[in-house]
Amino acid sequence: MSDSRLPPPFGLQIERNRLVHFSFDGHAFTGLEGDTIASALAANDQWLLSRSFKYHRPRGFLTLAGQDANTLVQLPANPNALADVVLITEGLEALPQNFSGTLKRDRSALLGRFARFLPVAFYYKAFFRPRGIWQLWARFFRKRAGLGVIDQSFDPERFTQTYRHCDVLIVGGGPAGLASSLEAAAAGADVLLVDENAALGGSLNYAEFGDPSAPEGSRRETLISAVEASEYIETFTGAVCNGWFADNWVPVIQGKTLIKVRAQKVIFCTGSLEQPAIFRNNDLPGIFLSSAVLRLMHLYGVPPGHHGAIVCGNWEGYRAALALCRAGISVVGIVDFRPRPQAGHPLIDQVMDCGLPIWFDHGVDQAIASNDQNHVVGIDIGALDCGAVDRGNLSRLHCDFVVMAAGFVPTYQLAAQAGGRLTYDDASAVFSIDQLPDNCGLGGSVNGFWNIEDVIEDGVRAAKEALWEKGASGGLESRGLDNERINFPWPIFAHPRGKEFVDFDEDLQIADIVNATRDGYEHIQLVKRYSTAGMGPSQGRHSALTVARLVADATGKSVAETGVTTARPPFAAEQLAHTGGRGFFLARRSAMHHRHLELGAVMLQAGAWLRPAFYGVPSERRACIEAEMRHVRRAVGLIDVSTLGGIEIRGPDAAEFLNRIYTGGFKKQPVGKARYALLINEAGVVLDDGVACRLHADHYYVTATTGGVDSVYRSMLKWNAQWRLQLDIANVTSAYCAMNIAGPDARAVLSRVVQDIALDEAAFPYMGVRTGHLGGVPIRLIRVGFVGELGFELHAPQQFGEALWDRLMLAGKDANIRPFGVEAQRGLRLEKGHIIVGQDTDAMSNPFQIQMDWALARKKPFFVGHRTLQELEKQPLDRVLVGFEIEDIQQPIPLESHLVLDGEGMIGRVTSCIASPTLNSIIGLAYVDADYAELGRSLTIKVEGGARVSAKVVPTPFYDPKNRRQVMES
Amino acid sequence: MPFGLLKYGLRKKYPAERHFTPTKPLKSHYDVVIIGAGGHGSAIAYYLAKTHGITKVALIDKGYLGGGNTARNTAVIRSNYLTEAGVKFYRDSVELYQNLSNEFGYNIMMENRGQLTLAHSDAAIRSFRWRAEVNQHLGVRSELVDRQAIKAMVPNLNLSENARFPVLAGLWHADGATARHDAVVWGYARGACQRGVELHQLTEAQGIDVEGGRVVGVRTNRGRIRCGVVVQAVAGASSVVGQMAGIKLPIHSFPLQAMVTQPYKPILTPHVSSPHVHVYVHQTSRGEFVIGGGSDPYPLYHTRATLDQKEILSAATLELFPFLAQAKILRQWAGTTDMTPDYSPIMGLSPVENYYLDAGWGTWGFKATPISGKMMAELVATGRVPALIEPFELERFYRFEQVNEAGATAASH
Repeated sequence: MSDSRLPPPFGLQIERNRLVHFSFDGHAFTGLEGDTIASALAANDQWLLSRSFKYHRPRGFLTLAGQDANTLVQLPANPNALADVVLITEGLEALPQNFSGTLKRDRSALLGRFARFLPVAFYYKAFFRPRGIWQLWARFFRKRAGLGVIDQSFDPERFTQTYRHCDVLIVGGGPAGLASSLEAAAAGADVLLVDENAALGGSLNYAEFGDPSAPEGSRRETLISAVEASEYIETFTGAVCNGWFADNWVPVIQGKTLIKVRAQKVIFCTGSLEQPAIFRNNDLPGIFLSSAVLRLMHLYGVPPGHHGAIVCGNWEGYRAALALCRAGISVVGIVDFRPRPQAGHPLIDQVMDCGLPIWFDHGVDQAIASNDQNHVVGIDIGALDCGAVDRGNLSRLHCDFVVMAAGFVPTYQLAAQAGGRLTYDDASAVFSIDQLPDNCGLGGSVNGFWNIEDVIEDGVRAAKEALWEKGASGGLESRGLDNERINFPWPIFAHPRGKEFVDFDEDLQIADIVNATRDGYEHIQLVKRYSTAGMGPSQGRHSALTVARLVADATGKSVAETGVTTARPPFAAEQLAHTGGRGFFLARRSAMHHRHLELGAVMLQAGAWLRPAFYGVPSERRACIEAEMRHVRRAVGLIDVSTLGGIEIRGPDAAEFLNRIYTGGFKKQPVGKARYALLINEAGVVLDDGVACRLHADHYYVTATTGGVDSVYRSMLKWNAQWRLQLDIANVTSAYCAMNIAGPDARAVLSRVVQDIALDEAAFPYMGVRTGHLGGVPIRLIRVGFVGELGFELHAPQQFGEALWDRLMLAGKDANIRPFGVEAQRGLRLEKGHIIVGQDTDAMSNPFQIQMDWALARKKPFFVGHRTLQELEKQPLDRVLVGFEIEDIQQPIPLESHLVLDGEGMIGRVTSCIASPTLNSIIGLAYVDADYAELGRSLTIKVEGGARVSAKVVPTPFYDPKNRRQVMES
Repeated sequence: MPFGLLKYGLRKKYPAERHFTPTKPLKSHYDVVIIGAGGHGSAIAYYLAKTHGITKVALIDKGYLGGGNTARNTAVIRSNYLTEAGVKFYRDSVELYQNLSNEFGYNIMMENRGQLTLAHSDAAIRSFRWRAEVNQHLGVRSELVDRQAIKAMVPNLNLSENARFPVLAGLWHADGATARHDAVVWGYARGACQRGVELHQLTEAQGIDVEGGRVVGVRTNRGRIRCGVVVQAVAGASSVVGQMAGIKLPIHSFPLQAMVTQPYKPILTPHVSSPHVHVYVHQTSRGEFVIGGGSDPYPLYHTRATLDQKEILSAATLELFPFLAQAKILRQWAGTTDMTPDYSPIMGLSPVENYYLDAGWGTWGFKATPISGKMMAELVATGRVPALIEPFELERFYRFEQVNEAGATAASH
């Protein structure tokens, strides 16, 4: 089958002796190693690859460089894969996309016949009468939307991410990039050279520079072998530099790896993208860019067809014609949009020598499709009159492929993301890029150089500038190529019957763009949004210039004034697998985690932490929780509170600092005592609470809530950055484990294992703090009563957590100690009337609303939020957090967030509620409008299903209001 | 084939209908100058002209029509907010949206596909129940749904118990919808221009003239305009423009990024959002997946995109929909969100007489476009603040009467 391939030196990238079998659209094909899907199919005379987005038109490759959406095919778990990038592998199964019926006979292609009824932005213009009908149309359109099919059963492997630093990152391994790399390496820079193609060389691998004295093959080998030999240059091929982010933070995608590169300097040697000519049916399979034809022959050794027609507005068309002749492929002639140059041109002579006819000053009226509509079979051409084809006198060229050479746009996307501005000179139809930041540079054709010597020299200059300073090496004047104009200014040939495609992705024709401006959408961004030009998978790579030209023409402006739309990252499509990486979602476990699992804990998420909700089986949830609660009330329980935040504050100003940041008073706090600490912000909103333990005159250990500690810590750092008090603040949450032993027997159990701390009431009263040892481990004990029983909170270095837990469980064995979880703790604290910040407070709660006036030290000269509280105090209280009770425990239990109503008016909501096993009634906390807060007032709560239950406002604590349980003499 | 399109196919010449004012010189005086031709500015102009007959109006913008946050938001429409003031306001907005295409004669392509917000913690369930209860009470369709119901709605969602953050429940908002965001601003601007409002693009406000505590004119790059009333509707630059009139707004501006994939065949119907994992995903009628999340962590006016945020959004998306690993990102962009202390907008009077504020639109501006336009127009026309937007006046920050929506916003735009 490789008989059809062109002989070497054509076919640079294929291994002629290695056959690879694959299938496309269910048919078996054979290609060669090194072939892409598209080139292998072309070698098998299969040019049709896909169907277009809107009209389902047949499409083949345009660029053969992975830059157009025509080559999108379906691979297993890889929809929208580029057939001209993906290399074939043995057994590969590729499928075409977006057709109904078969690829060759797509029923939906009929739509194209109705194109005249589907003007630009047609969906805004209809489908909405009568009201509501759009919902039905939307379903119809949705069925037709999209290209490839996502495999929903796909369980993805995780892609990796790596990091790389370098002095100079050079993007593009063509002549400019190679030369630039060598120059930078010679100066001793650590160079990273990235190229998206399978091999280095860029245009040296396929382009016709037309200089027989210096064959590209030798130039390519010289440069590449020098690069490969350099120890300062690392090269990544098959690697797409996919964006530019601030401070030269550049993602490079190679295979299944995202390489995040931080470069001192970046040089964009990204080359240029060839642009199509615009004429009727210019999208037929068999119509290629000149660069695509050269790639097809030079890289893969595949002839583009048998008889080719060249349509061009620059000399690239002539060079392609000569290459075709050299390969023995017939060329039926060259249609040159330009008038015959009076001075002649060597390329004209060379082409004439080959016997090729040239039609100067001619344009293309239309391309002719084969009977099955799936390939080009000819073009109608005619003389140009003021840029338009004279349709009165057309002649037809029969051909089976067409080569378009109309001009280039610099591959400006990355440079633009870096801040570069793309400008266009209407007189010469030449682009340039300026205003790049100092840490970026340009080299080669992206910088406007076309002559191969100029390109190489500009690459060298770019390296010099990057390493020394801008302008140090002096600018390079383009020698030009015989004053060659690379861009033909108006390769656009409108046809009365349309179908001259401007944007292949979105099936947009000349009239669509022009009519958008006539509808009033004149700004280039509005044209884009109204017509969807440039929104498809190729992001306007081949439409931006034509759209700008059409808009400029229609609005009487220059192309320079019109401009192009913003080039946003990424440059090429990237899988979410690349940027998603391994997905590091932190999971924090306490030192006793495995003990909880052994004890049968059901775990719950608390921020990043996992905590035991309760111990037992999920189906007996309520019974388990109530049993745990009862046990704490009657005997003794142990709970892991390691997730509580711990912050150390040390220094001569420690007390002053706490005095300013918390609402309470701390300066007179005795050493060995803990105080409740309430944190509010400048708006008076309650942020967090904890206890502040004074371990030494200059040393506090402050606790914070599990979810709040990180922001408390941040806020402390922020404030002290202003106050500059003498102290250190350390977040030691992870350094300590903590557990709370609570219940009437807590002291007895603890006294068995703690010898050097006196635990009796007189020596260690409520809210006392002591340090000592347990089994040789240094511990801090705090006598707190969150759950409303005699209790000791034990804090110790976290690595001893499991051992300390075991010791306490063992010591409590006779007292029948039991672990309890977060749910029981929540119930117990509610019985005791303690709030949980974040559950019983919201983003508006102030201390007055939660009836915590007692926690405010109003005589202090200052604390954060003080001024706001003074203002708030002058106003009537709007809402209050009250305790409520439903005496009949058989009533439906209100859930947290159920509404409190007065008639149909919302007057509050429940924040906490349980059926209390201790009190044998339903108790809870609720915000209510201040008018409803008086004790004894009856409240109506709307519970699940809409039923209403009656509750009564009662004082808190619900349990042990006199605090007797905290003081249990041993 | 709808009849509306027949004229395009049957006529020889394209029946162009100019939607917006052609560029012409600025007049020296207008009754009203609206700074910002985004969705809000255009809607204000539309209702001024249509409802109140006020047409000597200049709608000016430093860029192009709808090129600010109207162009950059992810087109989510919903009303499942938290406060009574908020829910009522957005509820009325959704109602106006429902009729907008037919009112305009211009299809804004609104699709009611519903919004599902995921709870991964009992704290989230609490806050969702709160929203559901308030919403239902005020006639907005919101309900707490369990895992089975979620499975039925979004069968391909990752409901594994072994996920890092297993889905526990969801808040289903049947009124949740999307619309073509550009079409909304174009429809409003078109309706305004048809009634005589002048649209001036590429016209930048550079200063506000205030005399005796009263606004008298706007200085632009195209000259000075005298006027009786100025409305600022410049989401993303509210505090900057406010400053020109000497008004200090309690606003910090943060970038908010989003991204979109290539088009794929439809597999996701509702909008799915997870405040905990910080991501939301919906699939457009073109087949693209639109992905957004939380704001950038620092204030900034630049609309640059960052790699970090793309990585965060991607990783979070894969938590919810692991198979989307095969989807390809097409484009990433950023807008600027003007965040207020209570996550609610600022609408109404300002300390400068006849200078009205339509600001602080954070991540909730698009969904409020119709109602804010209507209310602000009423304010301009009557000089009285309509009851519906009274709670959102700037004054509330001085009176400690904030409208707290912090719980209803994060990552569910």
